[in-house]
Amino acid sequence: MEDMSQYPLELTGADVPMVRFMNVTKRYGALTVLDDLSLDVAEGEMVTIIGPSGSGKTTVLRMLMTLETINGGVIYVDGKPLTHMPKNGVLVPADAKYLRRARSSIGMCFQHFNLFPHMTALQNCMEGPVQVLGLSKREARERSEELLEMVGMIDKKDQHPSRLSGGQQQRVAIARALAMRPKVMLFDEVTSALDPEVIGEVTNVIRRLVSEHNLTMLMVTHQMGFARDISDRICFFYGGKIEEQGPPDDLFGNPRRDRTKQFLSAVKEAD
Amino acid sequence: MSYPEFLAEYGGRYIDGALITAAQFILAAALAIVMALIMGLLKLSSNPIAKGVAVVYIEFFRGTSLLVQLFWLFYVLPLFGLTFDKFTTGFVAVGLNLGAYGAELVRGAIQSVPKGQWEASYALSMSPAAQMRRIILPQAFVAMLPPWGNLIIELLKGTALVALIAVSDLMFEARQINGSTYLSAQAFGTALIIYYIFARFLITPFMRWLERVMARRLGRG
Repeated sequence: MEDMSQYPLELTGADVPMVRFMNVTKRYGALTVLDDLSLDVAEGEMVTIIGPSGSGKTTVLRMLMTLETINGGVIYVDGKPLTHMPKNGVLVPADAKYLRRARSSIGMCFQHFNLFPHMTALQNCMEGPVQVLGLSKREARERSEELLEMVGMIDKKDQHPSRLSGGQQQRVAIARALAMRPKVMLFDEVTSALDPEVIGEVTNVIRRLVSEHNLTMLMVTHQMGFARDISDRICFFYGGKIEEQGPPDDLFGNPRRDRTKQFLSAVKEAD
Repeated sequence: MSYPEFLAEYGGRYIDGALITAAQFILAAALAIVMALIMGLLKLSSNPIAKGVAVVYIEFFRGTSLLVQLFWLFYVLPLFGLTFDKFTTGFVAVGLNLGAYGAELVRGAIQSVPKGQWEASYALSMSPAAQMRRIILPQAFVAMLPPWGNLIIELLKGTALVALIAVSDLMFEARQINGSTYLSAQAFGTALIIYYIFARFLITPFMRWLERVMARRLGRG
């Protein structure tokens, strides 16, 4: 049993990070996917996670969305525990009700979009605000139309996902996640399932988000050029640990670790 | 007696019987759908008691004969002080029996909804009940419509058994007419035709229409 008294009930002080992974471990049976991970992401920071498959990079995002439970450590969002809740002065694993409230500050976009096929683009965006946040239909529609406008999908707002291309679906999915007004946005390989010619329309939306909004973002991607352009920091994962991290120009331009160099040259060859 | 004469003589009783069959069918179908939904959801529950209830229900009603279940409800329950009239017993037995098959369709259809739909609605902080009601069931409903079409026709045919506890449905009238006229070909032939008309020209087109409507709702129309 882990000694939970080492973890504060909440983070205080001058520069509380928006996201803090504190000694987080994730295992599937005997396989350790993430090993004692500690990672801070500041408010408004854009962090991109790169690494070979199986290095645990997608797991980082899924744990932050609480789609995966963790086997050790604590994740904090905006100073408050996400995976745990305080009880009698110590942190205990969060129950479903606590998790529901805690994860509402996090939005996520998936590789395969996962739009709701029985709803139009607009209905997809309105679903969360109406059902979860309790907004009126009118408020939710205004908010959703504004976001669909931003992602360039306003003229398709009454189409069902089956009538939209992959790039269009992913842009709707971004609007849907933003309609919940999250503090942290997660992008899990959002361009990996797209045809090459439509990747740009999705990356342009993310670029705009980075330049015009103060969202905290974590992204997993294989688009190295894109990651270098827009990230504040790159984390290179290897074997469930952060092998190396730094500003994009340092990590891409002057990697220090051998494994980073090998990975980057392998990626470059494949390009 | 020519067939037109036969129809002129007994047509009214066939219509009466067909109306009782239609009523049995509609009530049994409504019960089957409700039971299928409840038991299908319970079977997916992580609560072992809830799941156990569904398993017992499904095993009992799928694993034993509808005819025996019908007789059991009609002749055995009164021994325990539970008495229903024959009309109620009829559609309850058929509805419970077909509901057990329907429960497996509901369970299978819910499980066929891609995992990404659960994850996306979870990521929007939806409660489990809202996820089921708003996101999963509407999609599962579309997936289970074609097999439900078959099941509903099975259910119609199953209602013919209620004649055996003397509910005056279509089959009951056909047997009565056969018994008094010995015109078996006409008596049972007319019943066959009416069952076929119900199945082929009322139920099947209705299910097809429902499938088209649901497909349009998914934007596939």
